[in-house]
Amino acid sequence: MSREGSKAAVGSLAHVGIAAKYNFLNYFRARRFYVMLAIILIIAGLLTALVGYYRPPGFVDGGALGFYGAGWGSFASIVVVLSAAFFGGDAISGEFQNRTGYFLVPNPIRRSAIYVGKWLAALAASTIILAVFALAMLANGLFYFPGNVPWEFVESFAFAWVYLVAAMSLAFAFSSLFKSSSISVLMSVILLLFVFSVIDTVSSLVAGIEPWFSLTYGAGIVSNILNVPYPAAKTVTPFGPGGRFTVVSYNATVPEGLLILLVYLVVMAVLGLILFERKEFTS
Amino acid sequence: MPPSIEARQLTKRYGQFTALSGLDLSIQGTKCVGFLGPNGAGKTTTMKILTGLIRATKGTALINGVDVASDKKAALSSCATLIETPEIYPSLTPKEALSMLCEIRGVPRQDRNKRIDDALARVKMSEWADKKVGGFSKGMKQRVNVASTLLSDPEVIILDEPSSGLDPRGMSEVRDIVLSLRDRLVFMSSHLLAEVTEVCQEVALIDHGKLLVYDTIENVTAKFAGGGGAAEVGFAGNVDEQLRARVSKLPGVTSTTKSNDRHLIVKYDTAVLTQDKLLESVAGLKAGAITFSQASGLEDAYLSLIKETL
Repeated sequence: MSREGSKAAVGSLAHVGIAAKYNFLNYFRARRFYVMLAIILIIAGLLTALVGYYRPPGFVDGGALGFYGAGWGSFASIVVVLSAAFFGGDAISGEFQNRTGYFLVPNPIRRSAIYVGKWLAALAASTIILAVFALAMLANGLFYFPGNVPWEFVESFAFAWVYLVAAMSLAFAFSSLFKSSSISVLMSVILLLFVFSVIDTVSSLVAGIEPWFSLTYGAGIVSNILNVPYPAAKTVTPFGPGGRFTVVSYNATVPEGLLILLVYLVVMAVLGLILFERKEFTS
Repeated sequence: MPPSIEARQLTKRYGQFTALSGLDLSIQGTKCVGFLGPNGAGKTTTMKILTGLIRATKGTALINGVDVASDKKAALSSCATLIETPEIYPSLTPKEALSMLCEIRGVPRQDRNKRIDDALARVKMSEWADKKVGGFSKGMKQRVNVASTLLSDPEVIILDEPSSGLDPRGMSEVRDIVLSLRDRLVFMSSHLLAEVTEVCQEVALIDHGKLLVYDTIENVTAKFAGGGGAAEVGFAGNVDEQLRARVSKLPGVTSTTKSNDRHLIVKYDTAVLTQDKLLESVAGLKAGAITFSQASGLEDAYLSLIKETL
């Protein structure tokens, strides 16, 4: 019996597109997308209201660049972390815990195509969230400084997006590691919001070592680019009686920062994919 | 080349526990094969290996001659599967979920809508086609899952307890669907022996991860059902050891086995006892017997084979 005429061979690239399309549709209609959007709009709304009412000097007295630095520069990384954790944190673990993998995986499609498709869908949903926040900040900036959008803000947005791509890879790796959705989301948030920051601080302040191995250290370029001049790569600040003690702080240069983000993107994407390929549907 | 499913020395270990132990099974041709065995026998494990959900510790699983572990995409290119009770992305509608599978399986664009509509009509889900799956009951989701196996005109269909979660009407409809698929190779696990007897021509029986028998239902029944008769007796209350012993001591009864909390399979010597006399004897115990039916030959063979391995 031959049934060859009833269907055509589908390439893996096309499979990636199919997985991305339907996963994005699922994300876009899900409650979490609108919860995330609401969180971003609340942050943007609070910033708008507080700046409008109190006119803090850090926002309105430093020119357009200072405004974007205080608003976008301070909150973009948080938006990136929340988006990556929300959309990537359980992308793979959810296939196991929610049993949706039983519908998708036993089909003529490679796991790698599912992984990349889901990754692209989560990135697309997160990019919308990041763009909405950027637009809200841009609208505020144009209100206070009409017609003045610093090029550094555009660069900062681009760096924030690269950070999002790297953070998404990290979240997917965690998602592939754990079978529980809540644990993988929680681990992603804790790691991206707290653990890396602690590593950065301990490494530079206590050990005096440049934290080149930290994702958030690399992501420092998102806010640093909004400072003119760009912060020095290494700053030694004396303190205490007679300047007896010193505090060393490090800032990644733009090429260093991009390299760190790129390394995280590649290493975590490969690690996550290997974990997903090896993971078994045993429940 | 006829469609085929093959397991060669298939072994799966989870730590110290061996779920499959060198399973050898070769099925070829268009037919429906029931895959039977008690809970934990290794049925779902076998099906998961065949569909790439888990990897074998040792051995090879092939579909249409292609090794699933080395090229899942090619192996499943003409295979539809329903393993356990899958969940569907809750924000998608059945139409969208099935459309996704159509695209993955390469169903031509111009055929997709018709195939999806036909599949949903066959599982009586047409009026729910555009509602989000997230609000569906388990039975409704399982109907969509059954529909998913009908989309791409597959040569091989692997069904792991397809009636699971369905109401009696749904079970009957699934039976009719499986009966209509006899021009393919259907490999179906089930605990419902009556269902298997009705829709399958052959059965493969495994226990403790090993194949006990693979043959036509007629041959299995003839070889293993043994002489004598068998009846299933239902009681109003739970069947305890005392009650089982009382039934076992009835003249002509050769053995009794609990099939569930309230049912006993009673095997008897037909030279000593007829079915009506057995019914009279069981009723005479005044032990709360409320149903009495003849056990199928397959059930008898199943119990005989499983008992022998305990």
